[in-house]
Amino acid sequence: MSTKNMGGLESPDMASHDSPGHETSYTPVFTGDVRKELDTLLTRYPTKMAALLPALWIIQREHGWVSENGMAEVAEVLDLTPAYVKGVVTFYTMYHQHPVGKYFIQVCTTSPCGVCGAEDVVKAFLQQTKAGELGVTSPDNKYTVIEVECLGACGFATPIMINEEFIESVTPDSVSTILARLP
Amino acid sequence: MGYPHTSHQRETAVLSQYFGDTEARTLDGWKKRGGYQALEKALGMTPADIVNVVKESGLRGRGGAGFPTGMKWSFMKPGDGKPHYLCCNADESEPGTFKDREIMRWTPHAVVEGCAIGAYAIGAEVAYIYIRGEFTEPIMWMERALQEAYAAGILGANAMGTGKRIDIYVHRGAGAYICGEETALMNSLEGRRGNPRIKPPFPAVAGVFGQPTTINNVETLAAVCPILMKGAEWYKGMCLSNPKSTGSKLYSVCGNIQYPGTYEVVMGFSFKDFLYDVCGGPVKGRKFKAVIPGGASVPIQTMEEAEATLMDYEGFIAQGSMLGSGGVIVIDDAQNMVRIIARLARFFAHESCAQCTQCREGTAWTTKILERIRDGQGTMEDLDTLMGIANNMTGTTICVLSDSCATPVISGIKKFRPEFEALIHGKRVHSVMAAVA
Ligand SMILES: Cc1cc2nc3c(=O)[nH]c(=O)nc-3n(C[C@H](O)[C@H](O)[C@H](O)COP(=O)(O)O)c2cc1C
Ligand code: SF4
Ligand code: FES
Repeated sequence: MSTKNMGGLESPDMASHDSPGHETSYTPVFTGDVRKELDTLLTRYPTKMAALLPALWIIQREHGWVSENGMAEVAEVLDLTPAYVKGVVTFYTMYHQHPVGKYFIQVCTTSPCGVCGAEDVVKAFLQQTKAGELGVTSPDNKYTVIEVECLGACGFATPIMINEEFIESVTPDSVSTILARLP
Repeated sequence: MGYPHTSHQRETAVLSQYFGDTEARTLDGWKKRGGYQALEKALGMTPADIVNVVKESGLRGRGGAGFPTGMKWSFMKPGDGKPHYLCCNADESEPGTFKDREIMRWTPHAVVEGCAIGAYAIGAEVAYIYIRGEFTEPIMWMERALQEAYAAGILGANAMGTGKRIDIYVHRGAGAYICGEETALMNSLEGRRGNPRIKPPFPAVAGVFGQPTTINNVETLAAVCPILMKGAEWYKGMCLSNPKSTGSKLYSVCGNIQYPGTYEVVMGFSFKDFLYDVCGGPVKGRKFKAVIPGGASVPIQTMEEAEATLMDYEGFIAQGSMLGSGGVIVIDDAQNMVRIIARLARFFAHESCAQCTQCREGTAWTTKILERIRDGQGTMEDLDTLMGIANNMTGTTICVLSDSCATPVISGIKKFRPEFEALIHGKRVHSVMAAVA
């Protein structure tokens, strides 16, 4: 999780993509079909609050990130306070509290992948996307690269995620092909 | 089978039999392979009879702790008038572990079926499968399997035409290792921060939504289907050593080894044969140096210990470690242990939920000091400090994440001390990784 003070431990992957972002206008998400989608979700749980994680996923799917306005909308539809919603959002690393590049690239560097050369994969992505640094979006707004903890696919080192797509067995040599394939 | 590699003749493929077989993913394909007969059989039994068969089989939890599954189920009291819940733990975030992912993406119906049987056995009408947010592909296959099962009347208000209600839903996590801890999982499912809860009350008394709850790992639930079909005796027969460990077990093997993948062998299999024969041994020109056999949270084994291990719950303990989740991380002689342990500590520091001081501060300071040693800036005193912090982090917190961070540090310093000292004394470390750094 990302909001605690890790005894002053710097956490480069989190530094910029977790700081709150700002937006000028906001289009509500839970109308029409999406509202119906939420209503169906609500039938699955005995409390409204339990639909919070799924509702936040919907906000991120529709807007690309979870802004303060997004949190306020979720709070409204689930009868929660915006402060409560924010407290939950900040616990989980997958909700973007800041706009990210069109392609959000996460590379696993935990030890099992680390001993198979994951760090070189990170370097290749940082260079070839021109993002340069972890958590920083490339000048053309296309790419954000972060290191991520174990993706649960350690036998396929190095696994990466690009947005919702999971790619196994990435090597420094395959990075250019993967990037070229992105629309 | 040793997915993605071809099956090794010494494996015993029970749960992994259909890995790589795309047809097994569909309802029709699953039924052709004998699917949903176990559920049909279960729904014709009483919940108590099911619990007894599972108890008799000796099945123990495959999520890490190895708690006897039948006993866990017997804590639930069907018919006490309260809603009961089953949570299937598919958070799989323990570094080195990726077996549940294969079960879900190759045999999603095995999970649906196992959940349905488990739910019925504990008197639950609703089961949630909590899947880590990054598992987009397993989530897709599970959702698809559930849709098929609902459409076929296997699930729902009248499951398989028996008049019993069994609803199963996928709940997607959002990036937090700690949500694999059972009480954190329940909080997360309720729409809260994933902080572990203080026990007691135990989940069987007051779990998710304050109601009696059972949490089981994906592999545990999937194993219930063959047990019901083939019987407790058959399951107990899969045991080469200690009768307290029965059945087959999936191991996800990764790191510096010839054929990383997911393998299934019976309890008591020789770890030496497993590593050198079944998984192909070290990559060319290298030698194994150490193994972390049960996911990042268990003690590191030297090769001497690993080669003397019989693969069951007791066997790993007898050789200085634990079976854990079955996530086997193999480390060869080109690696530097300090580097690996420092990176594991960073993992735990990142994933600590920060409720407990010993864990929040301990994981962070452990990481700082280890990284200092890794970078050649450490002192001999640092080793004592690390051991002191590790002792403080053990047995003192709400959940065992704190202990898990201390574990590789303690076993690492004890078993691989010369590598720490070499870095402290500025000696050249014989390691490819160190040369790269
Ligand atoms: C920090 C932590 C993380 C855990 N992660 C998982 C996990 O990802 N999957 C899992 O099945 N169990 C995990 N567990 C174990 C669960 O708390 C629980 O014991 C298990 O799901 C019970 O299922 P079983 O009896 O079938 O093994 C974790 C425990 C801890 C302390
Ligand atoms: S031990 Fe760590 S992860 Fe577990 S409850 Fe305490 S702070 Fe949270
Ligand atoms: S350590 Fe990289 S996926 Fe597990």
